Amino acid sequence: MSATAEASKLLSRRVTCNSHGQESSYFLGWLEYERNPYHPLSNPSGIIQMGLAENQLSLDLLETWLADHPESTDFKKAADEAGSSSLFRDLALFQDYHGLPAFKQALADYMSELRGNKVSFDPKKLVITAGATSANEILAFCLADPGDAFLIPTPYYPGFDRDLKWRTGANIVPIHCSSSNGFRITRHALEQAYKHAVVKRKLRVKGVLVTNPSNPLGTTMSPDELRTLADFIEDKKSLHLICDEIYYGTSFLSPGSFISSIKQVVDGRPHLSDHVHIVCSLSKDLGLPGFRVGAIYSDNELVAAAATKMSSFGLVSSQTQHLLSAMLGDGDFRRSYTAENKRRLRERQRRLVEGLRNTGIECLESNAGLFCWVDMRHLLAKTGCFQAEMELWKKIVYDVGLNISPGSSCHCSEPGWFRLCFANMTEATLDLAMHRLRDFVERDEAIRRSHRRPPGPAIIARWVRRLSSKRRPLMQLSR
Amino acid sequence: MRIVVPLQGIVQGRGGLILGSLIPCALFYFLQFYLKRNRSSPPPLSPSESSTDLPKAAGISRSSSRNILSNRGSIRPVPVSSRATTIVRSSDSIYYIGLKKVSENPYHSSSNPEGIMQLGLADNKLSLDLIEDWLVANLQKSLLGEKRGDLSISGLVSYETSAGLMDLKIAMAGFMGQVMQGSVSFNPSQIILTAGSTPAIEALGFCLGDPGDAFLVPSPYYPGFDRDIKLRTGIELIPVPCRSTDSFNLSIAALERGYEQARKRGIKVRAVLFSNPSNPLGNLMDRKTLYDLLNFVTERNLHLISDEIFAGSIYGTEGFVSVAELLDTEDFDKSRVHIVYGLSKDLSLAGLRVGVIYSCNANVLAATSKLTRFCEISTPTRRLLISMLSDTKFMNEYLQINRKRLGKMFALFAEGLNQLGVECFKSSAGFYCWADMSKFLRSYSERGELVLWESLLNSGKVNITPGSSCHCIEPGWFRCCFAALIESDIPVVMKRIGEVLRSHKAG
Repeated sequence: MSATAEASKLLSRRVTCNSHGQESSYFLGWLEYERNPYHPLSNPSGIIQMGLAENQLSLDLLETWLADHPESTDFKKAADEAGSSSLFRDLALFQDYHGLPAFKQALADYMSELRGNKVSFDPKKLVITAGATSANEILAFCLADPGDAFLIPTPYYPGFDRDLKWRTGANIVPIHCSSSNGFRITRHALEQAYKHAVVKRKLRVKGVLVTNPSNPLGTTMSPDELRTLADFIEDKKSLHLICDEIYYGTSFLSPGSFISSIKQVVDGRPHLSDHVHIVCSLSKDLGLPGFRVGAIYSDNELVAAAATKMSSFGLVSSQTQHLLSAMLGDGDFRRSYTAENKRRLRERQRRLVEGLRNTGIECLESNAGLFCWVDMRHLLAKTGCFQAEMELWKKIVYDVGLNISPGSSCHCSEPGWFRLCFANMTEATLDLAMHRLRDFVERDEAIRRSHRRPPGPAIIARWVRRLSSKRRPLMQLSR
Repeated sequence: MRIVVPLQGIVQGRGGLILGSLIPCALFYFLQFYLKRNRSSPPPLSPSESSTDLPKAAGISRSSSRNILSNRGSIRPVPVSSRATTIVRSSDSIYYIGLKKVSENPYHSSSNPEGIMQLGLADNKLSLDLIEDWLVANLQKSLLGEKRGDLSISGLVSYETSAGLMDLKIAMAGFMGQVMQGSVSFNPSQIILTAGSTPAIEALGFCLGDPGDAFLVPSPYYPGFDRDIKLRTGIELIPVPCRSTDSFNLSIAALERGYEQARKRGIKVRAVLFSNPSNPLGNLMDRKTLYDLLNFVTERNLHLISDEIFAGSIYGTEGFVSVAELLDTEDFDKSRVHIVYGLSKDLSLAGLRVGVIYSCNANVLAATSKLTRFCEISTPTRRLLISMLSDTKFMNEYLQINRKRLGKMFALFAEGLNQLGVECFKSSAGFYCWADMSKFLRSYSERGELVLWESLLNSGKVNITPGSSCHCIEPGWFRCCFAALIESDIPVVMKRIGEVLRSHKAG
């Protein structure tokens, strides 16, 4: 074997195995899209990306703010009278993993405001990380040893397989939720998952991770659900609860009403504060995924201290922290952006839901997120079959030209559900996507109808002849 | 026996013997069951940590029985992972204690002249003014103003397309070529970008070793390697000591010994990790040693990680040879060599979090590319860098001026120490003076070194890094960063150090 081949075989087991999960259909669909991306002018028959949960509806608001506030992006603030060094020098050398204080204050204020100021976040308990991806992984490193398990309700964001399991060596045990109750988490499902992990798989369960609002469902947890979770954590005594609230700011309820946050529950049960850790990010709320800004909020001092040190492996650029401390620190902008963003998301979601309904496709009723959880079970060639779901998915990606995410990639226990994103395209593109889907469904329906039709005269004649020809030899024999 | 005999006595007849055996067995199993249930709770945390839970427990409302029950459960701290416990305990290390003390009372020539002077962090403040001037003149345009292609603002806020990232890789490859003064040309598609070189080193660790494996590292070495490699990857670092008698040059014989010792202990060595220019020594590895090193890793089927983060900060006269240069010219197996670079040192932009992995190994590139999901460079920073690094004229001027300033400051600092009777290692690069204070130690040992360090920190109000933090086996060496000082600070530092050394030796 050549020396090169030898060296290539020298990679660790961690990277030569598949637990980064990036071979799943969720990511394969993206690859297909990148090979043949839709563009209204240069590639109108390309694949439309409906698998990317990105919020591009309100970028103009951000752009306007940035253009109006050049001081947030230049480093022109010179040394002040006290003789301290200039802003640029401070930022250039700033690699304190505690984060820029002004940024943490602004982020804490923003998080509180999104929750109607019914709860307040202490900036000192925030740990800033390079995106929620890094935040979730850091929490997994802090809470679980290799081989330990987290319980996660299905369907869940496919990236968790990579974020929680890959480098940490932890396991995920699904909490099976079903469409019979809108995929809500029940105490029974929690207990089943826990028992399966401990008894069947012989794993030590370290915690539960939930996403609220949910990805991929787009639904938010009711106060009852949050209480069920809190009760479960309380009863098991040594479990943690990670609540991923990165989509919190994408809820499109009417102004003045707010979805429940786990923070409210924790405030009411202070003895649980050491068990609960919240993850947030600006990639979804503010539509700034490229900035790579995430955060962990935890009352548990040990976890916060460990996570802070680990954030060295994924710090946020000081330039970005400075920019965002100005943007998020602008209260008027924060509030007007949030209101307008929600309005646009609500409208766009309605457009998608109606477009699907016109094609005879229903969605799970959702009030948040950048996507809908769509019921295509009736389009499966064979109901209740994951292979049929994969076949349908392939047809939709390659023949229809829509990259959507199949439920199996989200570990959904029922085949036939798909996640469709609506916030990363223009209205015109969304309409085109609906148009393509409608055409496909109508064609598909026509084919099914033709298979179900009673046989036509020609076919009957053929079968009669066949049957008659078979009988003659028998009659001869009997004679 | 005490249990069995009375029971046997009670249960007479045929069943007695059976029950007499069954009951102890049953008791034994119950004991096992009890132990197994309680094994899931970890050992209690150290006293200082667990005591912080008590005030919280006292504050819990006891209005309902459920709360009372859960109070009992929550007074015991909820368990975390062993990695979390380890990392929090590392705050007790010398490195962090020194940093913390400085942050509480930092020196400033006018506003806090009695504060602690920070010579423990590799900050280069000598040439920041050059970058600042450039930014003031050019940044606005590059970030927002000009709508050229993908530099328009909507590219700033969303995920960059792969084309956008390639622009930065091209700019970075060009800059790295300038840093190496034209001796190497780097291929942009072999560059992986990370948020700083800390995650770059860790990513290579995850790729090249499994938990329990080891990397060989010539010592003294950068204290951060302990965190970057050991903390989360589970890989051990085996120091290969270099000695002052050899001018701290790496001896291949010592490397062989390290490898053999590891093998005898049943530890699988996967790679050799070294920094060139060296942190803390500031010396450059010569061509012959690099050759020998490449031969060594080839024979033993290992990887080689070369951290060249100080390559643009060379002020000495000897030429720098990057391992990349040898790969270009010689017939070595390129797939086992990986270079780490970053902008935290050469451009003093540690806050912007910019690191590079450069490799010819397609599998390593594929794997580390996936790992960058956890540590990507922020888009506003990418924009700034594409613009700045592409201004090759400015970068060239900057590198030249920066080298001169570093050389001048090193000479001043080393001279200052010499006058105190402290000899300095002849560095050619980097921000550190590697100073020999062994003759001032009260006892020639690590303990003696730490006592002197403490004296310097608490009485002298100067934070420098003791050699033991860098795993130096010879006591008395200290790492002092001179690049964070201005010229007028040098007499102040020397006065403080001189006072401590004199009184320390006399004491």
